[in-house]
Amino acid sequence: MTDTEPQKDKQKIKAAKRMREIMTAYYMDAMTARENNKKIAWITSGGPVEPLIAMDIIPVYPENHGAMIGASKMGEDLCVKAEEMGYSSDLCSYARADISCAQINGGPIGGLPKPDMLICCNNICGTVLKWYEVQARHFKVPLFILDTPVCHTEYSPEIATYVRRQIDDYIVFLETATGRKLDPDQMVQVGHLALKGQKLWQKVLTTTTHKPSPMSAFDAFFFLALIVTLRGTQTAVDFYEELILEMEERVQAGISSVPHEKYRLLWDNLPVWYQLKWLSKKFSDHNACLVADTYTSAWCSSIKYIDENNFLDSMAEAYTRIYLNNGVDKMADQVLDMIRLYDVDGFVMHSNRSCKPYSFGQMDIMNIVREKTGIPVLMLEADMVDPRSFSLSQADTRIDAFMEIIKQKG
Amino acid sequence: MIFAGIDIGSITAKAALIRDNKLVGTCVIPTGYNPVTAGQKVFSALLAQTQIRREDITAIVATGYGRNSVDFADKAMTEIICHGVGAHFLNPKIRGIIDVGGQDSKAIALDANGQVENFAMNDKCAAGTGRFLEVMAKALDVELDDLGTISLSSSAPSKISSICTVFAESEVISMIAGQQKREDIIAGIHESAAARVGGLATKIKLKGPVIMTGGVAKNRGMVKALENRLGITILVGDLPQENGAIGAAVLASRMTL
Repeated sequence: MTDTEPQKDKQKIKAAKRMREIMTAYYMDAMTARENNKKIAWITSGGPVEPLIAMDIIPVYPENHGAMIGASKMGEDLCVKAEEMGYSSDLCSYARADISCAQINGGPIGGLPKPDMLICCNNICGTVLKWYEVQARHFKVPLFILDTPVCHTEYSPEIATYVRRQIDDYIVFLETATGRKLDPDQMVQVGHLALKGQKLWQKVLTTTTHKPSPMSAFDAFFFLALIVTLRGTQTAVDFYEELILEMEERVQAGISSVPHEKYRLLWDNLPVWYQLKWLSKKFSDHNACLVADTYTSAWCSSIKYIDENNFLDSMAEAYTRIYLNNGVDKMADQVLDMIRLYDVDGFVMHSNRSCKPYSFGQMDIMNIVREKTGIPVLMLEADMVDPRSFSLSQADTRIDAFMEIIKQKG
Repeated sequence: MIFAGIDIGSITAKAALIRDNKLVGTCVIPTGYNPVTAGQKVFSALLAQTQIRREDITAIVATGYGRNSVDFADKAMTEIICHGVGAHFLNPKIRGIIDVGGQDSKAIALDANGQVENFAMNDKCAAGTGRFLEVMAKALDVELDDLGTISLSSSAPSKISSICTVFAESEVISMIAGQQKREDIIAGIHESAAARVGGLATKIKLKGPVIMTGGVAKNRGMVKALENRLGITILVGDLPQENGAIGAAVLASRMTL
């Protein structure tokens, strides 16, 4: 054993093991749903999952699956397969990977369990509409679309009425699909747990305001899975309580995610799933820690709109006002808040070829951040799942140059 | 004390030596297949040329895409920083750099101290780089170095609409078949490349005075196309291709060993 190994073990977050067990159990449940007379709904990552949980329907997330495909470096083959089916290479790589995976049961877990229904909320993008229509035809299952207008400047009364009415339609859709009624008490309980889970997730993320940071955005990309897939369950609440304790212990013991943290950075957009290890090492070698990101914080950015005692009404607003469904000025404000809160030295923006709503407006946000804070901003061109849109040597030079600029300033 | 800078680019390897804050000499060779040997070769060639001994060199900084292959260098720095330092060394008034090399094109904004404030680079695409011009020169059966001079006699540049190098090449081939004038096609190629590179400059709101560096700066037609595109005067120094290596040598002289 070399001297660095115990140090490395010390830096590992212990809760990761428990998290893997929970995710495995969750996928096993979904895989065996039919034998247990349970229904499966595929749902978009920003979709309102709470009514599903309250009705004991298992939610399955093609986007979470997309992330797994990317991280296991299976994205290129599945994207190529979708292109062979006739889909454009300009289509989102999550959509391409999911559409082709459904055809061949490929990917790291041999495809997702078949859905009984599809729930699509367009608060994250417009691509999901056509993507879910394609899957609804393929699996011959009903599709519910929740249309959340973009809040360019405000959440107007018209938007409020329009979205709230659809929540009622959503419940009717679920009751028709399952042949059961939604239990209002159960809904209250799930709403309570969903809010609690989001607050805990927020708390996990803000532990990185501590210097040095006990975890990095790369850890957040991993621990995010529960607040996405199991939001509204006791499991998620218990797990994040445990994770917070561990983070607090790390802060107490002075254990940091990056061994010699000197520079703190903010990340924007989805992760580059197939290059997590390389990127993490690259920044760590520069003694830089990605302490926060706009992506994982999207799953707790609407807390202020949720009213626990009136969950269904407030849910309409909370799901409509998520980060990606806001105008660019609002997004920039949130980025500026994060720069201040986490006290970062630089801002790394992933210009993601797949995710148009996330990448559109980045140039404006970059200029706003540069003007208002003066911190260096790096734009990295890549794609979350399709490695053909990533050039390692170009990314390498850009990150080195970006870090050289930060070091010059420091 | 003498300091060296070595810049391993995708097409050429460059070396520069400075003594007492003055440039002593520079050397350029093709990189070839092996960036490691290219670094050794260009360094040895420059030492022979200037009759300076290896042991008299106090520190070496490597830069360029092959910066990490120069195993005898004391430090590796990116070409973005080196071009900034090199341009500032030669002319402290410079606030903007347009660097077009073999595989990269970039715009670099400098502050009054020659430190890089911001930069933008081409994305995963060769359009607007030296390699793009090389492909076009070949298609037109013209020496790369003659592209600039020939294009200056054009009065009606052809319009190249493809951004992609491969598509642009086939577009050029059909223009040749259509017997368009060679100078017009070349001027059109320069305008197309200038549109790509100029976009990087406007993206980061590059301020003047602007200098152009990199091998492509030796192409007068390309400089003119960029000047027209951006509506500014672009300076070109005597050693645009060596600018990164010069900057690396200056950085070597600032190293505290």
